[in-house]
Amino acid sequence: MPKIQFRLNGVETDIDADPDTSLLSILRGQLGMTGPHFGCGAGECGACNVIVGDRVVTACDTPLWSLADKDVTTIEGLGDAQKPHPLQRAFIAEQALQCGYCVSGILMSAAALLMRNPNPTDTDVRAALDRNLCRCGSHNRMVRAVLRAAAEMHAQ
Amino acid sequence: MTGTAPSPSAPKWPVSLAANPNLSSWIRISPDGQVTVSPGKVEIGQGIVTALAQIAADELDIDIARVQMVRASTAGSPNEGVTSGSLSVQQSGRAIRQACAEIRQIFLNVAADRLGVRTELLDISDGTISGPGNISTSYWELASEVSLDRHATPGAVPKSSAQRTLAGNSVQRLDLPDKIFARARFIHDSPLPGMLHGRVLRSELSGATLVELKEDGARKVAGLVAIVRDGNFVGVVSETEAGAEAALGALRKGATWSSRETLPDEDGMAEWLKVQPAELAVIASKTASSTPEKMRTIRRQYARPYIAHGSIAPSCAMAQWTGDRVRVWTHSQGVYLLRADLALVLELPVENITVEHMEGAGCYGHNAADDVALDAVLLARAAGGRPVRVQWSRADEMSHAPFGAAMTIEIEADLDADGEIVGWRHSIWGNGHTARPGRADQPALLAATELARPFPRAIATNPPQANGGGADRNSVPLYDFPSWQIECHRLTIMPIRTSALRTLGAQGNVFAIESFLDELATERGEDPVDFRLRHLSDQRAQDVIRAVARRASWKPAQRDGFGYGLGFARYKNTGAYCAVIAEVEGAEDISVKRLTIAVDVGEAINPDGVINQIEGGAIQATSWVLKERVRFDSQRITSNSWTEYPILRFNEVPEVQVEVMSRPEMEPVGAGEAAHGPVTAAIANAVFDVLGLRIRNLPITRERLIAAMELSS
Repeated sequence: MPKIQFRLNGVETDIDADPDTSLLSILRGQLGMTGPHFGCGAGECGACNVIVGDRVVTACDTPLWSLADKDVTTIEGLGDAQKPHPLQRAFIAEQALQCGYCVSGILMSAAALLMRNPNPTDTDVRAALDRNLCRCGSHNRMVRAVLRAAAEMHAQ
Repeated sequence: MTGTAPSPSAPKWPVSLAANPNLSSWIRISPDGQVTVSPGKVEIGQGIVTALAQIAADELDIDIARVQMVRASTAGSPNEGVTSGSLSVQQSGRAIRQACAEIRQIFLNVAADRLGVRTELLDISDGTISGPGNISTSYWELASEVSLDRHATPGAVPKSSAQRTLAGNSVQRLDLPDKIFARARFIHDSPLPGMLHGRVLRSELSGATLVELKEDGARKVAGLVAIVRDGNFVGVVSETEAGAEAALGALRKGATWSSRETLPDEDGMAEWLKVQPAELAVIASKTASSTPEKMRTIRRQYARPYIAHGSIAPSCAMAQWTGDRVRVWTHSQGVYLLRADLALVLELPVENITVEHMEGAGCYGHNAADDVALDAVLLARAAGGRPVRVQWSRADEMSHAPFGAAMTIEIEADLDADGEIVGWRHSIWGNGHTARPGRADQPALLAATELARPFPRAIATNPPQANGGGADRNSVPLYDFPSWQIECHRLTIMPIRTSALRTLGAQGNVFAIESFLDELATERGEDPVDFRLRHLSDQRAQDVIRAVARRASWKPAQRDGFGYGLGFARYKNTGAYCAVIAEVEGAEDISVKRLTIAVDVGEAINPDGVINQIEGGAIQATSWVLKERVRFDSQRITSNSWTEYPILRFNEVPEVQVEVMSRPEMEPVGAGEAAHGPVTAAIANAVFDVLGLRIRNLPITRERLIAAMELSS
């Protein structure tokens, strides 16, 4: 089986696995990265969202072969407590979640939005997050947090 | 605020402290400056852990950063039953507050002895106890000589609301940074050393029997450790999660199922529920002192469908056997209750079973969390002492977990010549709203019904009115009608599995009562706010309705295509007061634009936490009202994916404004379930306002609107 190579959060990564394996299965299994969450396994909820290149995708139905030579960014690559992404700071400032299971996927959708549109409107944010499901009803707080992060990034 | 402030009720001894009187089971103070708080209630995404930490830090006069919150475990946590019913602040919070008040007093007394001054002269600041002339000691210094291994005694008086510094402030949630920085906190993300992966094979057919199972395909899958079969219960254990999925897929191909069960006709549910075998309970009865003249009677029927929990995470558990002892990790709402049911199934003494809580995704009632724990325990028996993690599929989560029960509600109002209500009858039909584990002599866990020696399916019941009721929750009007008769018909058969979902029957009953009142007010030509205020003698109820009317500038001028509606309830008639005004835009589809809400939860420990819960409840209720309905055919639940069971999306979410009434002197009550009923009714009433259509069958979808138009034309 040929190895598939891609950059994962900036690190060159070789994976030796069936090319049809889902990216989520590789991330959570072989690589032990638990940030992207399994929610449905059918690309319907967005809990496993990651960024490939500059596009957000559902890792649960993204096959390994499609990643050859691509840049993959997961929530682990977004930022951490020492060096948080403005979105992460904003989500804490707005207390923008309840259970938080969906939030890693939502942060990735929001990060992809801010990459292509640094000045989104409320409507833009809702459209960008519309494929992510949240069951606790934290939607409005999340939208506020994304707008706050955009404003903060703009001010810098 | 208008009107006189209601007087605080007399404090009662906290029930959780009565059940678990040992102070050290709640609080431990260590010499290194840490305070460990060990509640029996669990974090289910509602922020309870933070609110309880605030209460403890406040009462002990310590920085909240010193507080370590311990996850509930049967190995030592106080037994507080189940985390449900919006009771965690009431039960756990009051127990912790009382225990901390006594502990503070104990330390003050010891410090006074040591320092040779009277306790009244001592002060505590972040755990340092100081007195006149720079004398001081601390909790940490005294920790080793003060034993908290003693029973709580009445006498210590918790601080007054004015003395508290943390309660009433929006402290940031303690669990959020982990979740935002993707540090493993969920059970799903916390593998144990040497862990194996399990999956259970379940037929989509309802009440299925396994006729034949060909195992060859699954046996060929790399990494397979075991195939477990016990009657209709079948599962696989594998070295890897992918291996478990692959083996499960192969096993599914090799399985033949049959079923003799048929499910009722989904479209005729409301009528079907009324003609099934049922147990009748009279919930409340009130007779008028005089017999007013009844001129006419109006009867209306309301219905809601089965509703799915739909947690974003599928249920997950881990289990590990050591000899005849098993350790279980679960996101169940009640570790002791789950343990009791596991003991019944395994025929083991409870001492052999340890159940520990770990966080799962948002939990809105009795979902599959407990079921998957038994699955893990059964599969782990074949794992040679290694731990096994089991996770359900999305499809199983949406079709095999218990649902919130479908309800049919009929209300009759007797009216006098002026259209005033002189008699009121409210009848409910449906399955019970709880079949939780640990409460009966039979287990309530799914796999228990699938074993070769199966336990019977637990038929859902209703908690008594004293505990808030089940199907009958919020069926007794808070309004001052002269007489009423409230009855509940609980089905004694249960073709579709039901158990506790957020608010139990309250969402249906509040929808029915508040829709009907709106109709009666409209018929009299009376403003719905005035009509309600005139029938409410409860001051706090009046206050939230006035507050929401003021905030929403009731009633906004009529705009083409927009409608406004009001809904009100006091959750369980003993909990939070909540009034809602909905603004909807409607033509072929209804879209909810704005929900304005006033809520009175008594003392709001964490006001932003209260707002977050109310906002979340309001948005979830909007989803229930506009979209949600469990679908089924004669043999199976068909709404087993997010495509088949859509929920509200970001583009469809209304703006939500919440006003929290300031009641620092009143007992705190929970906020998690207060909004669902009033939001449901407010939306339905707003739909009438804009379209002139009364939708009495939820959800309010395009097809229901069309059906109602046809009926009215």
